[in-house]
Amino acid sequence: MTKLSLTVNGRRVAADIDPRTLLVDFLRNDLRLTGTHVGCDTSQCGACTVHLDGRSVKACAVLAASCEGADVVTIEGLASGTTLHPMQEAFREHHALQCGFCTPGMIMAGVDIVNRHGASVDESTIRKELEGNICRCTGYHNIVRAIETGAATMSSAQGGTKIAAE
Amino acid sequence: MTDQGIGASVKRKEDLRFITGKGQYVDDINRHGQTYAVFARSPVAHATINNIDVSEALASPGVLGVYTGADLAADKIGGLICGWMIHSKDGSPMKAGAHPALAQGKVRYVGDHVAVVIAETLDQAKDAAALIQVDYGELPAVVDVATAQAAGKAQIHDEAPGNTVYQWHLGDKDAVDAAFSNAAHVTKLDITNNRLVPNAMEPRAAIGDYDAGQDQFTLYTTSQNPHVARLVLSAFIGIAPEHKLRVIAPDVGGGFGSKIFIYAEETVCIWAAKKIGRPVKWVAERTEAFLADAHGRDHVTTAELALDASGKILALRANTKANLGAYLSTFASSVPTYLYAPLLSGQYDIPAIYCEVDGVYTTTTPVDAYRGAGRPEATFVVERLLEVAARQTGRDPAEFRRMNFIKSFPHQTPVIMAYDAGNYGASLDKALEMADYKGLAARKAASAKAGKLRGLGFSAYIEACGIAPSRAVGSLGAGVGLWESAEIRVNPVGTIEVLTGSHSHGQGHETTFAQVIASKLGVPIDQVSIVHGDTDKVQMGMGTYGSRSGAVGASAIVKAAEKIVAKGKRVAAACMEVPEDSVDFENGEFLGRGTNKKMTFGEVALQAYVAHKFDPEVIEPGLKEGSFYDPKNFTFPSGVHIAEVEIDPDTGHTRIDRWTAVDDFGILINPMIVEGQVHGGIAQGVGQAMLEHTVYDENGQLITGSLMDYAMPRADDLPSYNVAMTTTPCPSNPLGVKGCGEAGAIAAPPAVINAITDALGHEDIAMPATPQAVWRAVQKMPRKMAAE
Repeated sequence: MTKLSLTVNGRRVAADIDPRTLLVDFLRNDLRLTGTHVGCDTSQCGACTVHLDGRSVKACAVLAASCEGADVVTIEGLASGTTLHPMQEAFREHHALQCGFCTPGMIMAGVDIVNRHGASVDESTIRKELEGNICRCTGYHNIVRAIETGAATMSSAQGGTKIAAE
Repeated sequence: MTDQGIGASVKRKEDLRFITGKGQYVDDINRHGQTYAVFARSPVAHATINNIDVSEALASPGVLGVYTGADLAADKIGGLICGWMIHSKDGSPMKAGAHPALAQGKVRYVGDHVAVVIAETLDQAKDAAALIQVDYGELPAVVDVATAQAAGKAQIHDEAPGNTVYQWHLGDKDAVDAAFSNAAHVTKLDITNNRLVPNAMEPRAAIGDYDAGQDQFTLYTTSQNPHVARLVLSAFIGIAPEHKLRVIAPDVGGGFGSKIFIYAEETVCIWAAKKIGRPVKWVAERTEAFLADAHGRDHVTTAELALDASGKILALRANTKANLGAYLSTFASSVPTYLYAPLLSGQYDIPAIYCEVDGVYTTTTPVDAYRGAGRPEATFVVERLLEVAARQTGRDPAEFRRMNFIKSFPHQTPVIMAYDAGNYGASLDKALEMADYKGLAARKAASAKAGKLRGLGFSAYIEACGIAPSRAVGSLGAGVGLWESAEIRVNPVGTIEVLTGSHSHGQGHETTFAQVIASKLGVPIDQVSIVHGDTDKVQMGMGTYGSRSGAVGASAIVKAAEKIVAKGKRVAAACMEVPEDSVDFENGEFLGRGTNKKMTFGEVALQAYVAHKFDPEVIEPGLKEGSFYDPKNFTFPSGVHIAEVEIDPDTGHTRIDRWTAVDDFGILINPMIVEGQVHGGIAQGVGQAMLEHTVYDENGQLITGSLMDYAMPRADDLPSYNVAMTTTPCPSNPLGVKGCGEAGAIAAPPAVINAITDALGHEDIAMPATPQAVWRAVQKMPRKMAAE
């Protein structure tokens, strides 16, 4: 077993884990943060996307043991209390989800896209950046609209993800 | 209330839990003392099982049990069933082999279930499964549907000689042959409808739980129809009587057909829960999903269209070999027969149609309904024939379609269906305008100037949805009725729970069904809860597939709501001391006609439960009503989709430049949700046409067995879609709705292929038209055209 301590959604967490444990399994099974989903076994679908030290990663491709001292934000940590993150709000506003299974990963990826490309990120860039996230329901049209809107509202909102991550 | 009722693009009530990570899918549920199941699967496509040695696996750390088909048989657990009887043209019933949940004596596809290991942890179960030793006597694989029936091919099931399940037909062969012999022009196409893997993003999962104190089984499962699952697990497989078996399908992450069926895995988990005495959980890995979720499509068809000299269609003829895989899945037999051939009339007035279908066993994963289920295959046949016939006879493809459209309703086709309503010309007109068809020549020229090839493709589709009248489907071989149930429970304070037998796995029923209540009962949607997916809460239901939840499920809610209003009027009349027949119900208020007396819905609900003001021998207390609604016909959504593509001839890369969709779904309950369904359907149809392909090698090994190998449509493969509606209300149900869930997947594939072939100047290209396939086709183009 390996000792692990890190911050998840603003809380300090310490655990003894099997060194083989993937970050996604640590989040889902040890912390019961089941909003992060597992949709494949080849790191293709992106349903497990979380933020690790401010950057989006696929939690199925990260060993939990490598996250010592890290700051992890999952979909459960994105809202600020009862106030939704602008990207969450944009997904609801634009009907950017149907079954909801890919949605947490899509939202986390969307926030990261805006963090890296800014408020005026264009459709072509969003589509290319979503290459690592698969949705079978929406045909992506409304996800793209949501990320465009989320980009605009994130830049006008105070703090964005930082509020949730602190 | 109109801002929330039928026709309003209300934001979805279910979204909050999904966007905050609070959804509860099966894998998010954990039961106390839970154990983990892992299936040992066949690594070969076809073999006798000479011996299974589980001793090493049993001795492996943490293992609680290892079971094979012999253990299921010893407990008299029955095999999996196919619920639709098809008769061959000689009148004989289909020839179905047994389908044990765990193999008995033989394996028939890679991924077939050989044994299950149940252990304390998932890793222990996986480790032990690898220790099971199976002595296989390998037999030749049978992979290709076109040749599976040939003499000398290995026999997959003893019951089905020549690997033929049925040889079915529909229509008037003599009339069709006569029409062809008199035709001025015949268009003939050889069509392969490529095999697809549904790939809902949530892998299938199950938790079996057994309470010995109550002798009660509970199955949590990723199901589109938990009541059908309970019925099959009880009545056919023999797990437990229905009153001792609860099936819960909580949040389900997409289905697309693949979660209709009752599979081996949930059967074994619920059975083993009693065996082990602890809950048993199984969650598919994506690789398992590729191997063991029922696949879709996989038809090989020869199709012909006969025209007279004026371009009028005289007849259509199709011969199809349908791959059913290694076993008959739950509804497999119906998909290439009654869900396929009756749609071969499309939107067209075709006097004579004849279709022959051979259902064929192969040593591949079972094939069953996948979004559209038979109707995409039919639409592809019809719309490819129409397009090629137009080109061969020098006619504009839009006007050629228009001249052959059915123009008066009701219309009886020669293949069962009686279309109740439609206006196909209106959809075509709107689509032509939105797609700027007139500007196509200029856009083609501009593309050519840039060294690109541009093409435009039509797809004028029809589908039969809202499956369907129970007596009708019963006469065609269905083993069940296809009504839907609803129960409306009005609480004393006027809030409402609606219990529905439909199941939402992305469709948004919690919102749209609440909107129906808002319109019918005048109650705001935030005071309405939609309850579904639990057989202990909802008595019975038939579930969600075939775009039936609006037309059948919501119609049942309307019928129940009418009973609530009728009862409410009686209560209100007693309370207001006016005659029963002088109470009107408007905008959530009961009004004494000709008086100033009125009661709100909530006041009437309270009085119904307080029961102080009426005679209990005349009016029963309480306010709760139910309905079982059985439709009188299928619904017939239709529309025109236009794809416009631009091809880079140097690379074969095809970019979808524009997508125009004009659909007639009748009355829309929530236009935002309807458009979302169209978007998703188009993406799946484009996936079939350009990306997705399921490939087996000659040994029956699945080559495209992961998301690394199977090309799912991604955001940068797809355009934004231009979606609009025309409205012809459906006369066959009280809401006038038709169903929208499958339309895009039905419409899109021929639109794409018609566009690509238009750009290439070829008559045909096979699906999926990958960059490599398109590039090869470009190489066959006349030099001048390719260089233009």
